[in-house]
Amino acid sequence: MNHDYQKDISGCGLTGLISRKRRRISGADIVKSLCLMTDRGNGLGAGYAAYGIYPGFKDFYAFHIMFDEPSVRWTLEEYLKNNYHIEKIEEIPTSPVKAIPIAPLLVRYFVKPLKDKMVGEIQEEDFVVNTVMKVNSEIEGAYIFSSGKNMGAFKGVGNPSDIAEFFRIEEYEGWTWTAHTRFPTNTPGWWGGAHPFTLLDWSIVHNGEISSYGINKRYLEMFGYKLTLLTDTEVAAYMLDLLIRRQGLDIPSACLALAAPFWKKIDALPDGEREALTALRQTYGSALLNGPFSILFGHSKGLVGINDRIKLRPLVAALKDDVTYMASEESAIRAICPAPDKVWAPRAGDPVIVNLED
Amino acid sequence: MFKSLAPPEYLATIDREKCIRCKRCIQNCGWGVYSWGGDKILINTSKCVKCLRCYHYCPEEAIEIKDNPTRFKQNAYWGYNHLRNIKRQAETGGIPLTGMGSDLPYTILFDNLLIDACQVTNPSIDPLREPMELRTYLGKKPSSVELEKGKDGKLKLKTKMPPQLKLSLPIIFSPMSFGSISLNAQKVLAMAAKECGILMNTGEGGLHEDLFPYKDNIIVQVASGRFGVNPDYLNAGVAVEIKIGQGAKPGIGGHLPGEKIPLEVARARMIPVGTDAISPAPQHDIYSIEDLRQLIYAIKEATNYKPVSVKIAAVHNVAAIASGIVRAGADIVYLDGFRGGTGAAPSIIRDHLGIPIEHAIAAVDDRLRQEGIRNEASIIAAGGIRSSADAAKAIALGADAVAIATAALITMGCTTCGKCYTGNCSWGITTQRPELTARLDPEVYAERLINLIHAWEHELKEILGALGINAVESLRGNRERLRGVGLDTQILDILGVKPAGR
Repeated sequence: MNHDYQKDISGCGLTGLISRKRRRISGADIVKSLCLMTDRGNGLGAGYAAYGIYPGFKDFYAFHIMFDEPSVRWTLEEYLKNNYHIEKIEEIPTSPVKAIPIAPLLVRYFVKPLKDKMVGEIQEEDFVVNTVMKVNSEIEGAYIFSSGKNMGAFKGVGNPSDIAEFFRIEEYEGWTWTAHTRFPTNTPGWWGGAHPFTLLDWSIVHNGEISSYGINKRYLEMFGYKLTLLTDTEVAAYMLDLLIRRQGLDIPSACLALAAPFWKKIDALPDGEREALTALRQTYGSALLNGPFSILFGHSKGLVGINDRIKLRPLVAALKDDVTYMASEESAIRAICPAPDKVWAPRAGDPVIVNLED
Repeated sequence: MFKSLAPPEYLATIDREKCIRCKRCIQNCGWGVYSWGGDKILINTSKCVKCLRCYHYCPEEAIEIKDNPTRFKQNAYWGYNHLRNIKRQAETGGIPLTGMGSDLPYTILFDNLLIDACQVTNPSIDPLREPMELRTYLGKKPSSVELEKGKDGKLKLKTKMPPQLKLSLPIIFSPMSFGSISLNAQKVLAMAAKECGILMNTGEGGLHEDLFPYKDNIIVQVASGRFGVNPDYLNAGVAVEIKIGQGAKPGIGGHLPGEKIPLEVARARMIPVGTDAISPAPQHDIYSIEDLRQLIYAIKEATNYKPVSVKIAAVHNVAAIASGIVRAGADIVYLDGFRGGTGAAPSIIRDHLGIPIEHAIAAVDDRLRQEGIRNEASIIAAGGIRSSADAAKAIALGADAVAIATAALITMGCTTCGKCYTGNCSWGITTQRPELTARLDPEVYAERLINLIHAWEHELKEILGALGINAVESLRGNRERLRGVGLDTQILDILGVKPAGR
């Protein structure tokens, strides 16, 4: 285990929205919301994630891959062909933007793991996770930055409006959107380092610095995760994957592990609940995300917003009809929803959990 | 009488102008340095150990204890202790004994590690105004928990949790037996443990009935001598510890000279009065890891599955050994570094065997993680924890909690003179002489020890606050928040710590 890494630190702004009724909303809204928060980014990274954007390929994993050199593409495709049925390959559509003179080669693949590769106990999703881990840590110059079904992440180095224009975000329609603008303080200037960070259908945008990063990373490594990005966000994403997908906790319980209530609160609960939460904290002490953060995580069934347990980063939520909005600033919500039915600031550690209707 | 060719280490002196001949020094010195000469105090300085009891109790400040200026010629290679030990061995043919942890100038890694603090990009947290949690649970943790919703919609636990020891803060008292220390000293530990919500450990000396009321704060120890071990004893605390080794004397058993075994100690240990209690080097029913497993489970059966801790000295191959201990079923692995204290050990062993606790924590924590079994047992680190900063660094390296002994004794008056094995401790700590032990009022000194623990508790909270975290589990194993200064690449690699500046 290499300890001599340089951790990536940044401050940020985030915003997200979800239509519970799966109404597909144009990317224009989220772009407008994000672009309002100019003070929260410094033009060194922005990104968007959307769900429901690939209805024609909803049964395939959509791999969004960036290549530092075009030649790496053939190594990668060789590897993919050996392990996956590839339904479609295309370059991700982009528009030329003056402020983004250089960009990596960006290609998307709609794929399904080959049946004969599912040996023994291995599940399809585990297989995909292994592929992401393997490609990102072993194939130099290739980076899978999105790997879910019927969803995708679009991100890069630039300010929110330029990245939106570059990726033609306004042309996509999705029922859940998250977006992020970065203020890195020691950026390597790498496209993969921007948010959202995704794994399978998880997508995370995150504002904050997780002060417990060191132990969170080592805890995840014990379960075979390879942390190649060295960002707090990556830790949050893998932690959710571990707790929810691999260990079977439901979302509210996972939130109780990641932003655990204080002992004082747990001690005052009735017997059964106290026993449950005590065991959760005892077991997942190393999974506790400590330090300032607000996080939005999207998944195929909904959107969750959560703060650290003493609310050291802002998070505001609002409701209007079938849409829930969450953002770093209320103004970012009002920019696209001037008259919400309800606006509130979620309490420290209390998650806002929105589920899509079936 | 033959005069030893090793000059006395210290010179006890009395300012005759100031001395009022009150004889308190005679009364207080357990070593017999002072005697009454009819018109003045006589001094036998060769018996002086510089424990400073006389100095503290001299009402006129007439006493001064100096390092003896008449020393062997200074020599960077042939040190004072080399010459002194050779001369003593030439005179006696014996093994020079010593007490306390090694005082040789090996590199102290704790002093080459610095802790991080927050500035701008993440806020520090103010422990005076915000909650700051040090609560720690020792014991085996499952790798995941299963929850379900009850009929009332509330969460319910499905997983059966292994037994846990609850600590208010991640500090416990290391094992010190009744015999090696006085009953009053053990009472100080027990009272402080109870008040602070932590644990003390009986060491290998059985349990005196006066400590029965403190059962919720006691770990009972089973060591190679099996002194005082019976079914009631095993069930007299909250957990049982199997002592394989001790940092100060890896590979050898406990030494309690007969001088320190009066009736009370003999009863607790279930041995005859005045016999030397020399524990066997190994446990004679544990010659390998599978034997350890049998003893662990025998004890679990005998105690209705209380947590079992296994204490080992930090030795070269500590990581593999610890892994074996965890796989053998231990709930806690107690690592004792070579700086760890002792009541009595051959100085040659104390000063030359074992490895520093910092290395051991890092190696064991890494190994258990690599094998995916770190959750299977808690790690207690001991062996030279001198301050809350050492404790914080040990926890950041990967320990769940630290154990302290010397620091606790210092609150009782100990000056680390290192003569614990003689049974003459003038502070009433490492002695069984009734006139000496009577000086250690448990209530008075428990308050001091409680003060120390509370002070360290406050300091740990300040450190966590500066780190911008509000629960100790976010410090545990968080080596990212440590930096090394003046350490070479290989040591940094072993510790898993970056150099300062990175």
